[in-house]
Amino acid sequence: MTATLLLWSIFLAQILLVAAMACATIRVLRGPRAQDRVLGLDTLYVNATMLLLTFGIRTGSTLYFEAALIIALLGFVATAALAKFLMRGEVIE
Amino acid sequence: MTHLADLPVWAAIPVALLLLLGASLALIGSIGFVRLRSFYERVHAPTLGTTMGIGSVLLASMLCFTVLQSRLVLHEILIAIFMVVTTPITLMLLARAALYRDRSEGSDDVPAAPPVPPVQTAAPPAPDAAPPV
Amino acid sequence: MKRWWPYPLLTAALVAMWLLLTESVALGSILMGTILATVALWGFRALDPPGGRLKRPRAAFALAGLVMADVARSNLAVAKIILNPRKTERVSGFLRIPLDMRAPYGLATLACIITGTPGTIWVEYNSANNSILLHILDLVDEKTWIDTIKGRYEKRLMEIFE
Repeated sequence: MTATLLLWSIFLAQILLVAAMACATIRVLRGPRAQDRVLGLDTLYVNATMLLLTFGIRTGSTLYFEAALIIALLGFVATAALAKFLMRGEVIE
Repeated sequence: MTHLADLPVWAAIPVALLLLLGASLALIGSIGFVRLRSFYERVHAPTLGTTMGIGSVLLASMLCFTVLQSRLVLHEILIAIFMVVTTPITLMLLARAALYRDRSEGSDDVPAAPPVPPVQTAAPPAPDAAPPV
Repeated sequence: MKRWWPYPLLTAALVAMWLLLTESVALGSILMGTILATVALWGFRALDPPGGRLKRPRAAFALAGLVMADVARSNLAVAKIILNPRKTERVSGFLRIPLDMRAPYGLATLACIITGTPGTIWVEYNSANNSILLHILDLVDEKTWIDTIKGRYEKRLMEIFE
């Protein structure tokens, strides 16, 4: 009984997170400006981290934790580099 | 899905509620991200997911694995620390980039740049700066 | 001692993070974590960071609790704003606030607190007159916001860092 309840709430949470990722993707595609797209990409990364954590709870495997940590790290580096690019037109100066 | 059956009721219900809370906050943040009108308003929306949203999901994960493995599983704190440190940095960088781009276009919606102190001579605009997209 | 471990608090924090990552408290992990933290902080010292230290650790913990409660509260407030279908009465805008605090780590912490709280974001710092520019999603009353930032956070941060 509890397992079924938990399974369904994990499933529902995953649907909500996928919907959130879809919203962020809409903003990435629609823009209107480059900073909106970069912010959308950052939101996408955070939502992906959360989705991976729910997968971890669902399968009972801690492997997903490492994947989530790496996605979070890469998301930060990518967004910081892109923001720098928007500001100056080059990443390294 | 055998391992989920091992979770006692007192742990399963908080895990389910925390997961749903975190996912709904992330969704609300993303909806706001689509609905709000200007970039500076939209910057506020993803903070919902990156603060309490991911916090609740991490708490759920910690609780679930601590009970399942009957030992303290705390490594989710690392993601929490990382999020606390990095989210303000990315948002500030993006907001400053947007402000810089709006100012260089001469937009009226943003406050003007502070006057450069007289001691310092104002640097000429960089000739190789790319035009805003 | 000072030459090998210039930042004892940071060293301890890095070792703790290493132990969390490897999920063990075996002697080998502690040794490896200490070596990594020591080498990493030599690199940090080479960057020549600005001086400044935590004067009151207990006040810092109290502030962390306060900020967490505030973050939870403004999460709900911003969620309400987003889900509210009527768009008319809400005003958002920029707000410039003069500060009294000069400590670099205090300013950095204030920036993280303001940006991390949903509904407010730190946009710019002007070092010439020590003022900051914020963007606020729900700018009903400028006075209240200035009082919140200065009275609630800046005063405590000045106690902690200055």
